[in-house]
Amino acid sequence: MLDKNGIAKRIAKEVKDGYYVNLGIGIPTLVANFVRDDISVEFQSENGVLGMGPFPFEGEEDADIINAGKQTITTLPGASFFDSALSFSMIRGQHVDLTILGAMEVAENGDIANWKIPGKMVKGMGGAMDLVASAENIIVAMMHTNRAGQSKLLKRCTLPLTGVGCVTKIVTNLAVLEVTEEGFKLLERAPGVSVEGIQEATEGRLVVEGDVPEMNI
Amino acid sequence: MINKTVANVTEALKGTEDGMTFMLGGFGLCGIPENAIAELVRLGIKDITCISNNAGVDDFGLGLLLQKHQIKKMISSYVGENDEFERQMLSGELEVELTPQGTLAEKCRAAQAGFPAFYTPAGYGTEVAEGKETREFDGKMYVLEPAFKADFAFVKAWKGDEAGNLIFKGTARNFNPCMCGAATITVAEVEELLPAGSLDPNEIHIPGIFVQRIFQGDTFEKRIEQRTVREKA
Repeated sequence: MLDKNGIAKRIAKEVKDGYYVNLGIGIPTLVANFVRDDISVEFQSENGVLGMGPFPFEGEEDADIINAGKQTITTLPGASFFDSALSFSMIRGQHVDLTILGAMEVAENGDIANWKIPGKMVKGMGGAMDLVASAENIIVAMMHTNRAGQSKLLKRCTLPLTGVGCVTKIVTNLAVLEVTEEGFKLLERAPGVSVEGIQEATEGRLVVEGDVPEMNI
Repeated sequence: MINKTVANVTEALKGTEDGMTFMLGGFGLCGIPENAIAELVRLGIKDITCISNNAGVDDFGLGLLLQKHQIKKMISSYVGENDEFERQMLSGELEVELTPQGTLAEKCRAAQAGFPAFYTPAGYGTEVAEGKETREFDGKMYVLEPAFKADFAFVKAWKGDEAGNLIFKGTARNFNPCMCGAATITVAEVEELLPAGSLDPNEIHIPGIFVQRIFQGDTFEKRIEQRTVREKA
C-alpha cells in the first residue's frame, strides 16, 4: 500500500518531457517533487503563473507570488505571469497537457465529484470544473477509500458532480486504474496489495485482465 | 492625456450606494483592493453583491465586510478558509452563487469586451448548468453563461500613471485586469502612482481607457495566507 508521497511518486511517471502540467491542491502538489530532472516540464497554477518553482527560502517569501493553494512559491527561468482569463484560456483551450487533481468520488464512467458535500462542506469548485471539462488527460490522485472505509470508486457518484465522463486515469494508495467503457480497468497493483484487496475496496465495476503487475516506483 | 487621478480613496468611492454590485480583484488575499475594502467598511455600504473569486479570511479582505454583514450576495469560485462566511452561508443569511473559476474570469472579460454571453464546457452536466441553455458544438456540450453587470470594479495594481495605465506584479495580477472596464466605474488603487510618461507604453498591462479613477493606496498590508518556505540546504 502507498502513502500520499507514494501516490505522487507513481503519478510523476506519467509526466512526460515537454508537458505543461496543472497540479491541484493536496496529493497532486507533491507530484512536482518526484518528476525526473532530466526532462523539461512546466507547472501551471491557475491563479496566473507558468513555470512554478519550489517554495522560497525563509525570508524570501513574496506576498505577490503564490500558487492556487495560496502558498508562497518561486518561479523558474522561463516563467511567466498572466491574468485569470488568459490562465483559463490555456486550460479551456487545451494547451495544458496534463491535469492532476484530487477527488472525493470517481464513477466507473469517468464522472468526478470533488467540490461539495451538501449541508456539510461547501468550499466551491475553484478551477476544477473548468479543468475537468476541457483537459483531455486527467489523472485523479486519491485514497481508494474514504475515512469511513467506503470505496471512492463507485458505479455512480453520490455527491454533486464536478464534471461528467472526464477522468482518464486514477492512482490510489492501492492501484493504478484506467477508465474504460467496461469500467475501471486495473493496470497496476500497489506493492503488497492483491487483486482481491483492490476488488474489495472498489464498488464500481473492476476489469481485471490476466496478471496485473505490481507498480514499479 | 486624460487625467484619471483622484485625491484619495474617499473620492475614489464617491457614488457607491447600498444594494450595488461590486467586482473586486484578487486571488485569496493576493492582489486585493485593500484600500477600497477598508473604505467600504468605513462607509457602511450595505446589501452589496460582491463578484470576487474568494471571500477573504475572517479578519482580512472581504472577511471585513462579512463581519459587518454588509454583503448580501457573493459570487465566487472558492470560499474556504473563512468560518464566518461558512456560518452565514449555511444559516441562509448570505446568498452564494458558486461559479467555476474560468467562467468567473470570462464573465468579467465578456463584460469588458462587450460580449453579452459565451459558451463554455465548464460545469456541463453539473448543478452549475441547471436552468441554463446548453448547446452542442462539434460533438461536445457547452453551457451559455451571461456576462456580469456591475456598478463598480475595484482593482489593485502595482504601478499606475495619471492616465490610468496599469502594471501588475506577479500573481497579484489574477482577476484584476479582467475586471477593468467590466463595470460602470473602474477604480484602481496602486502601490505607486506616477506622472504620465513615466511608464513604458510597451509594458502597460491595462490601458487607462478601462479605468475611470486611480489613486495611490495609503497602505498595503499584503498579508500572506499560506507562508510556505523550504530549508536552506
